[in-house]
Amino acid sequence: MLAQQLVNGVLLGAGYALFALGFTLMFGVLRVINLTYGFYFSAGAFVALFLTRDFGFSIWTALPLAAMAAGAMAVVLDWLLLARLRRRGAPELASLMVTLGGVLALYAASTAILGPDIRRLPPGLIAGAPFELFGLRVTMAQLLILLASLVLVGALVWLLHGTRLGLAIRAMAEKPDAAGLMGIDTGRIAALVSFVSGCLAGAGGVLIGLNFNAIHPYMGETMMLRGFVVVIVGGLGDIRGALIAGLALGVVEVLTAGYVDSGLKEAVAFAILVAVLWTRPSGLFGRPEMRRA
Amino acid sequence: MSLLAVERLVVAYGRTAAVKGIDLTVAEGQVVCLIGANGAGKTTLMRALSGLLRPQSGRILFGGTDITGFSAHRIAALGMRHVPEGRQIFAGLTVAENLSVGAWLEQVPAERARRQEQVLARFPRLRERLSQLAGSMSGGEQQMLALGRALMGAPRRLLLDEPSMGLAPLFVEEIFAIIADLRREGRTILLVEQNASAALEVADVAYVLETGRIVLQGKAAEVAHDPAVVAAYLGG
Ligand SMILES: Nc1ncnc2c1ncn2[C@@H]1O[C@H](COP(=O)(O)OP(=O)(O)OP(=O)(O)O)[C@@H](O)[C@H]1O
Ligand SMILES: [Mg+2]
Repeated sequence: MLAQQLVNGVLLGAGYALFALGFTLMFGVLRVINLTYGFYFSAGAFVALFLTRDFGFSIWTALPLAAMAAGAMAVVLDWLLLARLRRRGAPELASLMVTLGGVLALYAASTAILGPDIRRLPPGLIAGAPFELFGLRVTMAQLLILLASLVLVGALVWLLHGTRLGLAIRAMAEKPDAAGLMGIDTGRIAALVSFVSGCLAGAGGVLIGLNFNAIHPYMGETMMLRGFVVVIVGGLGDIRGALIAGLALGVVEVLTAGYVDSGLKEAVAFAILVAVLWTRPSGLFGRPEMRRA
Repeated sequence: MSLLAVERLVVAYGRTAAVKGIDLTVAEGQVVCLIGANGAGKTTLMRALSGLLRPQSGRILFGGTDITGFSAHRIAALGMRHVPEGRQIFAGLTVAENLSVGAWLEQVPAERARRQEQVLARFPRLRERLSQLAGSMSGGEQQMLALGRALMGAPRRLLLDEPSMGLAPLFVEEIFAIIADLRREGRTILLVEQNASAALEVADVAYVLETGRIVLQGKAAEVAHDPAVVAAYLGG
């Protein structure tokens, strides 16, 4: 039974980790706590819902398309809300408030348009019956989550550490001015980072929506709280920390729900957050730079 | 015609101007040095020239183009490199990665490799440390890296902001020898230095800056003999 819970926890945590990776990337490079980030999670889930339900796409094509749509939204919103503040070197509080205002408007508008109720993905989208694997019950949806998470994390690590573009991203994360002096167009890198982060959030939204088969406009907001837990525990801007902390949070939530009380799982997450901040104010693993993957 | 011309430049932080209407010219192939006390506005001027600060008024002409208000990456693309005060190397990247970022605008890998070889020939110390994190090097080595990183862009024009700051005498000598080499290669250099005597020795032309204004300018050899300069900057 414990093994089964661990599997479920890791798969849930994979979705959390994807979401948190994008958040920590955005924070680490653009240095702003962007509260609109949770919205891309909801957006990804909804785009996947529309694509599969109304346009007959398979989940395999809907997932990348939805992720990219969320990434595109992140680029546009970053450009609308934050680019001018960044150029002027505005204080962090200004950026924070702008994104707070932005995200409240986005949620209100999307709820007004889409309605507040919980939507289900079309039945038969992915083979529903669980099957046995090494004595554990897994669903096709869970395998998809695992596969997609591995691919996305691998792609992110490759981008950051295997390409010249990734080198520019890491340089800009550390010293934006010096990066500009080297000829790096920091505005374009900011757009790229927004896109990649938005893709990760959107993919997380699709996968978590699939995991629980529940999609609603505010799903990104509750995720945002978890995103904070994972990113702060893992260390702001720390890729490896976000990965470990995301998986751990999934496991902790599933174990809490299984052995204690499912109503307590969020409380446990926040207890961990507070305990970590008290003892290690800069996170369990880290420094606020994109040094490691 | 001068390569770099600054006209009535004003640069402010909020409401307080740090550069208060400066005129300055640099001719191709010259080394021009800028001396002045702490807080005179030297770094502010350099940051405006490389696009890190937006001037409040005035103009900056570079090779005939008005580059006032250009962002830093566009100015870098015109062949100018600013080695900033305090080195500003990427401490969390390796030495090799720092050099590679310096050649960001060069698309051809073979050319990047060739430049890296040149830089390593100039700074042999960096060769043994290619895979080391830049932040773990000594101050002098970091300054070599900052210069090497700028040279990876194969710039014809360099802005050097206090390259000898905080270095041991041996390193200071090495830095000035390198500046003399760069000059022989025909590069144009605007140099800010606290070490006024060494700077005036290597420079063709000198400007003296006081609280945001140019108070003296002329041939470096003449400025070096100005009684006020001797008293204030050369410990005479
Ligand atoms: N980021 C900033 N915000 C506000 N004021 C600044 C800022 N940077 C510099 N100043 C002010 O502008 C003036 C000029 O500073 P600047 O750094 O250009 O001097 P400097 O000549 O380079 O001095 P140093 O020799 O110490 O490097 C100083 O009065 C300084 O206090
Ligand atoms: Mg200075």
